[in-house]
Amino acid sequence: MTDKNKMENMIGATALMKSLEKEGVKEVFGLPGGANLPMYDELGKSNIRHILVRHEQSAAHMADGFGRVSRKPGVCFATSGPGATNLLTGIATAQADSAPMVAVTGQVPVAMIGKDAFQESDIIGMANPALKYSYQPRTPEEIPTMVKQGFYIAETGRPGPVLLDIPKDVQQNEGKFTFPDEVRVPGYHPWADPDITNTTRAVELLLSAQKPIILAGGGVIISSAFAELQSIAELLMIPVVTTFKGKGAFPENHPLSLGPIGMHGHAEANKLMTEADCVLAIGTRFSDRSVGTFAEFEKNLKIIHMDVDPAEIGKNQTTSVAVVGDVRASLRIFGKMLMDKAVRTSDDNPWLKHVKEVKQYWRENLKIHPGEMGAAKILRKLRELLPNESIVTTEVGQHQMWASLFFDAIHPGTFFSSTGLGTMGWGFPAAIGAKTARPDVPVVDIAGDGSFNMTENSLATAVLEDLPVIVFLINNYSLGMVAQWQRTFYDRRMVGVDLKKCPDYVKLAESYGAQGLRAQSMDELDSAIKTALKSDVATVIDIPIDPEEDVLPFVAPGTGLKDMILPS
Amino acid sequence: MVWAILSIKVENKPGILFKVTHLFRSRNFNIDSISVGVTEDKKYSRMTITTIGDEKQITQIVKQLDKMIDTIEVRRLDVNNSVYRELVMFKIKVNKPEDSMEINKLASAYSAKIHDAKKESIIVEMTATPHQISAFEELAKKFGLKEMARTGITALEREEHEH
Repeated sequence: MTDKNKMENMIGATALMKSLEKEGVKEVFGLPGGANLPMYDELGKSNIRHILVRHEQSAAHMADGFGRVSRKPGVCFATSGPGATNLLTGIATAQADSAPMVAVTGQVPVAMIGKDAFQESDIIGMANPALKYSYQPRTPEEIPTMVKQGFYIAETGRPGPVLLDIPKDVQQNEGKFTFPDEVRVPGYHPWADPDITNTTRAVELLLSAQKPIILAGGGVIISSAFAELQSIAELLMIPVVTTFKGKGAFPENHPLSLGPIGMHGHAEANKLMTEADCVLAIGTRFSDRSVGTFAEFEKNLKIIHMDVDPAEIGKNQTTSVAVVGDVRASLRIFGKMLMDKAVRTSDDNPWLKHVKEVKQYWRENLKIHPGEMGAAKILRKLRELLPNESIVTTEVGQHQMWASLFFDAIHPGTFFSSTGLGTMGWGFPAAIGAKTARPDVPVVDIAGDGSFNMTENSLATAVLEDLPVIVFLINNYSLGMVAQWQRTFYDRRMVGVDLKKCPDYVKLAESYGAQGLRAQSMDELDSAIKTALKSDVATVIDIPIDPEEDVLPFVAPGTGLKDMILPS
Repeated sequence: MVWAILSIKVENKPGILFKVTHLFRSRNFNIDSISVGVTEDKKYSRMTITTIGDEKQITQIVKQLDKMIDTIEVRRLDVNNSVYRELVMFKIKVNKPEDSMEINKLASAYSAKIHDAKKESIIVEMTATPHQISAFEELAKKFGLKEMARTGITALEREEHEH
């Protein structure tokens, strides 16, 4: 394997940078500290752009946003101890949503490990359940193979975060290096071979259904199976619902689109999901937030489950047919089988007629907030003015669920949210990461005030690094989702949810050198969005709304989709 | 609920036992017993984990273990077609001189070995199935069981039938 002539002398930190460059890394999000100084010294000499954050959590979220949009691992750097633990929420967020990421932390020198050294933390032990894999090289020579393997693991199969924890002396010491072009990981088999037998069974089962539905999850977006999904849906004339993570897997302005199901799913999607007799579920893990109670969901429903991760099959739901493998590859075979059978469904079957009626009814009759600045109205205004190819991220809370309900994702893979871990503060740094990956399109963080507050210091990064994202701040001066639950389930005993108009987000934006705009009417909002889209600096649009506005429909926790609470 | 024996071949590297046991904890699975040792190939170790759960849970455990990058092979052994044994040591009280002989007889009935026979206590070592160990434990309690230490089960599946 080792070609002695190709060996090069350098220190570990140089080998790290060289390895990252070989992986095509152009930018790193991070913050320096004592234990990663050698790598920062080499980062300064390399061609890799450093994007400085003000808190390591944001570095991880930026890398996550970058990774979801580019489908290549985003890279974040942090020092040992608190630097590393600050990354942890970001790592766990990426793991919960299967986002590719490579996190590189400094560690105390090998001889100091276990001595409770200054800024020592066992980050590998702490992060283990939130990681796809981790490495801690003990000699500099191990670095290139670990980087190569780390990227391979992070981006293949079901993507996820990989941690490289590099002791300071391993960064500093000299070694003789070779850089592998290929790596093998013996216990890792990211792709299963196409499963022809089960795909055949899946086709037969779906074709025999009277009331079929397609449930598209985040896996469709991760594997870019948009065209394959759409052609099957159109060929068979089957309506498509998505999970919240799968929002954007299927154009939401398509006649067959019903939108997301789940706790705050579209009324028509939840209703028709419960009426279906067979579901083709693609790249989804049947989260409780999507399906409600597991037993209720699978009652009278045959489930065909396609997923890249065999451990997802049967984890939450009982499956009739399972097709394990990359969902794009599986859908291609599925589509080809339909073509060979020359199957085509006409659109005058009773199920589809019913689907159209239900959809039309709810599109016309769902009650929305009557005020001028109701959530539905402001989000529809944003959709109207925002080009379809724009990328949207969200924070976590009411605004996120309103975005799910009232902001249609039209272009494939343009909508991203912390859906699994539900990390407040994710959307803004993730938008900055997304903008780094796609500087050519507008990037908007649909935010709530509580969430934005958690990572708003990333405004410094957006301004100084010239990444003009837009924060669409739906401001109810409260932790709105918690407030809604207190109103609904705790007899309006409001505890710890009032943020009391603090801070002033326009002034806050301005203090960072960003543009701050306030929109208190639809006209002001119209002009603010247009101004923001033209701006070459990051913009915060502060949009005060009625703090009492609830997100509806609502499937209460521990109930089924059929028990959906509707606006009265 | 069923009792299952899982045989897990892993890379012989530090930190893997931690990851495997952490998986059981974080996924809310249960470890009944665990034993670890190197295999015929020094690059690999074998962990033998016994667990109790319903079929769905055990299938999930196998899948989650299989998904781990450090596991090379994960197998649920067929309990009826495997040799599984556990090593156990009992320190049994000797209350009166006749006890000594009784314990000796009991041990030989179970093919157990006597170690460190003292006036006050005897250490008995046996390698047996968990069922046999429980049976012996009940009998030993009559004398008084001072201490007990068990290794956890280790197991190998039998070869296919020869024809």
